[in-house]
Amino acid sequence: MTETTPPVLEARGLHVGFGRVRAGIPAIKAVDNVELAVGRGEILALAGESGCGKTTLARAMLGLQKPFRGQVLHNGVPLNYSSRGLKAFRRKVQLVLQDPTGALNPRRTVYEAVAEGLRIHRIPGNEKDLVAGALSLAGLRPAERFFNRFPHELSGGQRQRVVIAGALALKPDVIVADEPVSSLDASVRGEILALLLSLRDQLGLAVLVVTHDLGLAWNIADRLAVMYLGRIIETGTTEEVLAAPSHPYTKALLSVLPESNHMQPIILQGEPPDPSNIPSGCRFNPRCPAIVDGSAERAGVVGDCLTGALPVLPAYSPHMAACLLHRDTGMVIHSGAAEATV
Amino acid sequence: MTTISPVGPTVEEAQGSVVWARRRTAIAEFWRLFRHDREGMIGLCLMTSIILVAIFIPLLAKTGWSWMHWADPRGLSVTDAPGKPIEPPSWHYWLGTDFNGRPILTLIIYGSRISLLVGLTATVISMVLGTLIGIFAGHFPGWRGGAFNKFTDWFLVIPYLPLAIALATIFGNSLPKLFAVIVVIGVTSWPSTARLVRAQTLTVEARPYLERSKALGGGHWHQVTRHVLPNVMPLVIANTTLTVSIAILAETTLAFLGLGDPLHASWGTILHQAYAQAAIANGAWWWVVFPGIGVVLVVRAFNMVGRALERILDPRLRERS
Amino acid sequence: MTLLEMKDLTVEYKVAGGGLPAVRGVNLNVDSGETVGIAGESGCGKSTMAGAILRLLPATTKVTGEILLDGEDVLGMGWARLRAVRWSEASIVFQGAMSCLNPVRRIDDQIAEPILVHAKKGDATATSKAIARRVRDLLEQVGVPAWRARSYPHELSGGQRQRVMIAMALACSPRLIIADEPTTALDVMVQAQVMNLMKGLVKETGVGMMLISHDLSVISDVCDRVAVMYAGRVVENGPARTMFTDAVHPYAKALTGAFPVIGDPSSRMAPRGLPGDPPDPRELPTGCPFHVRCPMAIDECTTNDVRLRPVPGSSDRAAACVHVGHEPALAGPASGGLGEDR
Repeated sequence: MTETTPPVLEARGLHVGFGRVRAGIPAIKAVDNVELAVGRGEILALAGESGCGKTTLARAMLGLQKPFRGQVLHNGVPLNYSSRGLKAFRRKVQLVLQDPTGALNPRRTVYEAVAEGLRIHRIPGNEKDLVAGALSLAGLRPAERFFNRFPHELSGGQRQRVVIAGALALKPDVIVADEPVSSLDASVRGEILALLLSLRDQLGLAVLVVTHDLGLAWNIADRLAVMYLGRIIETGTTEEVLAAPSHPYTKALLSVLPESNHMQPIILQGEPPDPSNIPSGCRFNPRCPAIVDGSAERAGVVGDCLTGALPVLPAYSPHMAACLLHRDTGMVIHSGAAEATV
Repeated sequence: MTTISPVGPTVEEAQGSVVWARRRTAIAEFWRLFRHDREGMIGLCLMTSIILVAIFIPLLAKTGWSWMHWADPRGLSVTDAPGKPIEPPSWHYWLGTDFNGRPILTLIIYGSRISLLVGLTATVISMVLGTLIGIFAGHFPGWRGGAFNKFTDWFLVIPYLPLAIALATIFGNSLPKLFAVIVVIGVTSWPSTARLVRAQTLTVEARPYLERSKALGGGHWHQVTRHVLPNVMPLVIANTTLTVSIAILAETTLAFLGLGDPLHASWGTILHQAYAQAAIANGAWWWVVFPGIGVVLVVRAFNMVGRALERILDPRLRERS
Repeated sequence: MTLLEMKDLTVEYKVAGGGLPAVRGVNLNVDSGETVGIAGESGCGKSTMAGAILRLLPATTKVTGEILLDGEDVLGMGWARLRAVRWSEASIVFQGAMSCLNPVRRIDDQIAEPILVHAKKGDATATSKAIARRVRDLLEQVGVPAWRARSYPHELSGGQRQRVMIAMALACSPRLIIADEPTTALDVMVQAQVMNLMKGLVKETGVGMMLISHDLSVISDVCDRVAVMYAGRVVENGPARTMFTDAVHPYAKALTGAFPVIGDPSSRMAPRGLPGDPPDPRELPTGCPFHVRCPMAIDECTTNDVRLRPVPGSSDRAAACVHVGHEPALAGPASGGLGEDR
């Protein structure tokens, strides 16, 4: 990644937690030392199962949750958590939530929902034109027809477009989308994802998509970061990570997808563990198939897997996995073309 | 910002008219539901008639028309009382007289003004205080909201009557008595409203559109006025009518205990005097029964309306019925 | 042997202002040991159809057609017989296990409930010891540790709750299990575990299963045959594998496209969706209900509501599309096939 321009949104050494704080460290460490960067005009997918901390990470990068250590930076500038600083930040970094029905106040019309942001920030200009412009960009045309409708009169896909229009009205640099299509019908998902892609192409909008669906990442993401129990365990371009995963967890996730016929399904035992009780050593060791099938022992790293510290992946990196199996090679760096399986 | 387009209303006007149209249909729908609620309609009729009596009968009586003689305000004068003391209900004095010779009917009519005035004013104070504190307690996270909550709890557990008596005694000498009574009632009845409002605020705060509002950059004022308040108001309104009945009863109680304003006779004061003069022992049952019925009717009326409102406005109750 | 036979099933809800046709003529069979998948989105009538099988719909609903469960007509059954049939012959795993489990009762009590309800008087197997043993066996069968038996639902994870639901469905050893979106709210890994479990159960016990889902990739992985529903009708049916790779009906094609195969270059940065939204059953378009959104619609589609016709070149596939069965190059339509409309 060329770094003459700072990334539009970045997390440095981010730690976010909940619960009782003892010696400055909360009981539940939802995000445990994460380095993440979203470049200008880039679509980054953040994937993981429930409980891995991806939603908390997204909220922290939006300033909705304050970290107990580390920083969130916007265009290279650390976030100012005063209400004025946050307000200025919010103009440029917007949120699209999972459930479009809940995200819209049922008593307010579409026009008011989209204009809400404009009014909060007192954006100059003709409000009606700005609202119409945002609605058209989001694919609701003719925009005027939607002005006086209420959310319950629209379908799920249309509601999500209204939410996106509300975010677009402020002309943000980056949108954080938390499971933007998971509550929508399957045939409608493609349209919303295509919309996000076209916004990136037309406006240079960066998008951080939080999802559990790796297929979605394959559909629209440039880069992919996989998260497990508060730590990013693999990162790289989408092709690299999905076509040639190096971390055992990513491999397992891909293998159980119904359409992955070329892989033997590796079904991990047990449920995803909870962040109030993070295992020592590599946090994945209780479930790691590499330990179960002995490859960790053969590689001689099993001791470190159980007791050693897990490396933290840097924000800008070529394809890397936080796995001790690859430690000796100085982290596996795959070149793009090798081992692509179709 | 408004735009003047050459043809037709601006979007704001159209929006405004749409919003009003929607409000009108919402009100029409609400009225339709209320009309079908028997308890609510009975309460409403009763409530309206009592309020009309309290407002208009004294006004009409001022005109001096002879057929309004039974509401003649001169009947309130202790020294100039028209009737003979402790007269049982008769054709001349329909509800009898008290020991000063004042007609009970006149007392009740004029007393209703005070009771209602105190009740409604105290309710307004209680509602405003309760809603503000409740919203603050629910909206601000952490120790700030918690402080408001503890404050509410503290007031909630203080036994109301001793507090009211204590406050009335302290204030009574420095403030006009009536004002003191209103303040006392207002200050002791806000906690239950505050709890209700806090609970509803917490519910609304948990909804995703509040988070979206935050993410859009909305500050506290914006979130509370545009999202929390509209969702909390229906419950507050329902609770208001119930609080009125509580306030009226409270005023009656305080007056009965002798803490009311002796210059402005309310129903409580009537009962206080009746008790002080051992009305029952003297056989003057009408002195106690009729004001008592008045209190019961008013309280019941407001209560019925309040419960009907609760049924209609509380979405959880509505779903079940 | 055929466990379930549905002939021309029509379900119409009674709503303010008339009827709402949720299911408009469906023919479907399920044999023992076979898993049939029903794919479709919201409003297509799949959950309604599932509810109709055990007559679980509101009393005002109009159900016509024939539902034969093991040869017996469900719609004509008396109340006592229906109660006996429910759960002991056919059971349902409901959508959203969180709300289907009573939060104030322990799970072993809840699993024992159907057993107790169906126990006959004086039945030796209905002693509390025997029931407790059966509950433990069921929990073991679904992979929930035995020590969890006395837990409350909120103490279990999402995947475990779903397994408890499956254990409940198995409690009376039914011949047919209807699973309505059993994995929708679950993570990919947990979904794989649950799907594995269900596949294993079908193989072990020979029950027939009807799996309802909007996720075509899951269905094609687990099921033998698939029927795709749209606007209350089956628009395509056939073997599961060919459905996923080679759907014929435009809607089925779009549905498969919504779940991209990772590694497939054609879906990289190209999310596929359909314009518009799933139709409102109260306002179905004229002719073929899909023509409004169909990329292959011709004039005939606005007037002619096509019924299922066999796909040329195969004996077990059918599709309700005007373009099917008109290919000149292939042989004439095959006879028989599944669920042909009469």
